[in-house]
Amino acid sequence: MQWEVVIGLEVHVQLATQSKIFSGASAAFGADPNTQASAIDLAMPGMLPVLNGEAVRMAVCFGLAVNAEIAHRSVFDRKNYFYPDLPKGYQISQMYAPIVGTGLVEIPLENGETKQVRIHHAHLEEDAGKSLHEDFHGMTGIDLNRAGTPLLEIVSDPDMRSAAEAVAYLRKIHSIVTYLGISDGDMSQGSMRCDCNVSVRPVGQTEFGTRAEIKNVNSFRFVEKAINAEVQRQIELIEDGGRVIQETRLYDPDANETRAMRTKEYANDYRYFPDPDLLPVVIDDSYIQRLRDTLPELPDEKRHRFTENYSLSDYDAAVLSQTRALADYFEQVVETSGDAKLSANWVMVELSRLLNQNDTPIERCPIAAESLGQLIQRIRDNTISGKIAKQILEPLWNGEGTPDQIIEKQGLKQVTDSGAIEQIVDEVLANSQEQVDNYRAAPEDRRPKMLGFFVGQVMKASKGKANPAQVNDILKQKLEG
Amino acid sequence: MAISREDIEKVAYLARLQLDEAQTGALEKDLTNILNLVDQLQAADTDAVQPMAHPLDAVQRLRADAVTESDQRAAFQAVAPATENGLYLVPRVIE
Repeated sequence: MQWEVVIGLEVHVQLATQSKIFSGASAAFGADPNTQASAIDLAMPGMLPVLNGEAVRMAVCFGLAVNAEIAHRSVFDRKNYFYPDLPKGYQISQMYAPIVGTGLVEIPLENGETKQVRIHHAHLEEDAGKSLHEDFHGMTGIDLNRAGTPLLEIVSDPDMRSAAEAVAYLRKIHSIVTYLGISDGDMSQGSMRCDCNVSVRPVGQTEFGTRAEIKNVNSFRFVEKAINAEVQRQIELIEDGGRVIQETRLYDPDANETRAMRTKEYANDYRYFPDPDLLPVVIDDSYIQRLRDTLPELPDEKRHRFTENYSLSDYDAAVLSQTRALADYFEQVVETSGDAKLSANWVMVELSRLLNQNDTPIERCPIAAESLGQLIQRIRDNTISGKIAKQILEPLWNGEGTPDQIIEKQGLKQVTDSGAIEQIVDEVLANSQEQVDNYRAAPEDRRPKMLGFFVGQVMKASKGKANPAQVNDILKQKLEG
Repeated sequence: MAISREDIEKVAYLARLQLDEAQTGALEKDLTNILNLVDQLQAADTDAVQPMAHPLDAVQRLRADAVTESDQRAAFQAVAPATENGLYLVPRVIE
């Protein structure tokens, strides 16, 4: 049987505020345990939450970026459950009146087309603390520094039809929140976490199958692998006559499989109700308009501008606009080099290869965009060939100077003096009499291919420094003449 | 509407309340009375009424995003039953 996969994602984005969503404690990552847990975060008796305006601003900016309706009035609710890293016994969240309503994002597909994924809503909530299950004499250690960190939970509709689409969607969300600067998006530090709702149904069937929820997947790669593993499990289960049950599962990357979490009885009965400690959040149109005016250029707009202004292909534009850091780097390279297409190639091929090899993000690239731009400029003004330029990239990476200094120091300047090139050509021809005779005897249409041999010899003799176009011209002249 | 004994037991479990037989019986009566009152309220025509999230006619004040709390871990942990390396210790929650 042919199966169709149906996926919806719940993405938790940690908002990059200084302080927590309901208290004045620092929200910075990596402090000593419990040194950033205030009386409010610890749920000491009598403490009252006060909402952080910056968290509201960030949520609204996200909503505007995905063309969502912004709720003029939103309400916080209590989600009740017991766990030691949740001191109040409830999480403050938004169940019935979230701040961001339905929206839309566009994701690129593998076939080059795009697809629209609907955002169901996005709401503000507080994060819980961390439980450390390493052995403390048979007890569990609790760190409440993270308790009260602001989260924006972005819930999609079940619009994705493959693990690859889910990853593309997640990348898009990542791209939007980092462009907006509302989150660092660092999945390795838990700044972005993802729950995947996965089900399968026979192709053609309109009702959804029963879904399982894979909790807390924390990398793009694991999202893809976890979904594929879960899809395979569900299909095998159904084809063996079994039934998928609605449950929460965890992905085990080592075994590459999902496993059911031990489900407690009634575990999903959260008994939401409006939090009496917080008043409704009211936002007016002028506030929304003010924020709309501050929005930066977003990934889709940038992509379009890259194709329009720089005549880049859709693919190149999409890659280069994926993160704001990469896009800014690329634009600086273009500004210095004056050639967008060449800059795109160098950033996407040569520079990317070095970044990958050294496991370095573009933000920490040791080659300044201006330096790469100058290097490309030297290709354009015929100081060096593209091949020589590749040799310069590594010394640039290692901080051995500016492109001009390296060209000078290593004597890599291209030979454009036609007298000098002529001399090398003469030497090569004198040493290859047999090939010269063959060339002259060959019919016209076979000659271009044979010319390659001589070009190669001349380039070798000049240590790659001879200007290839001139070499071609001079060789032809000498051989034909 | 009457509440069942199972409902009471379930809600008590969710709230981590341990009720004895007599308490459960008394609550069954009390809660049924409360639910009957709710039934009366439900019967009212509310078509033209906006749902109310809060009885006060006021809106949430927003705080500036500034760190105003300092580290008071020592004071907080002085009253905790068990701590180690700055962590609060609780009975093991995972097996």
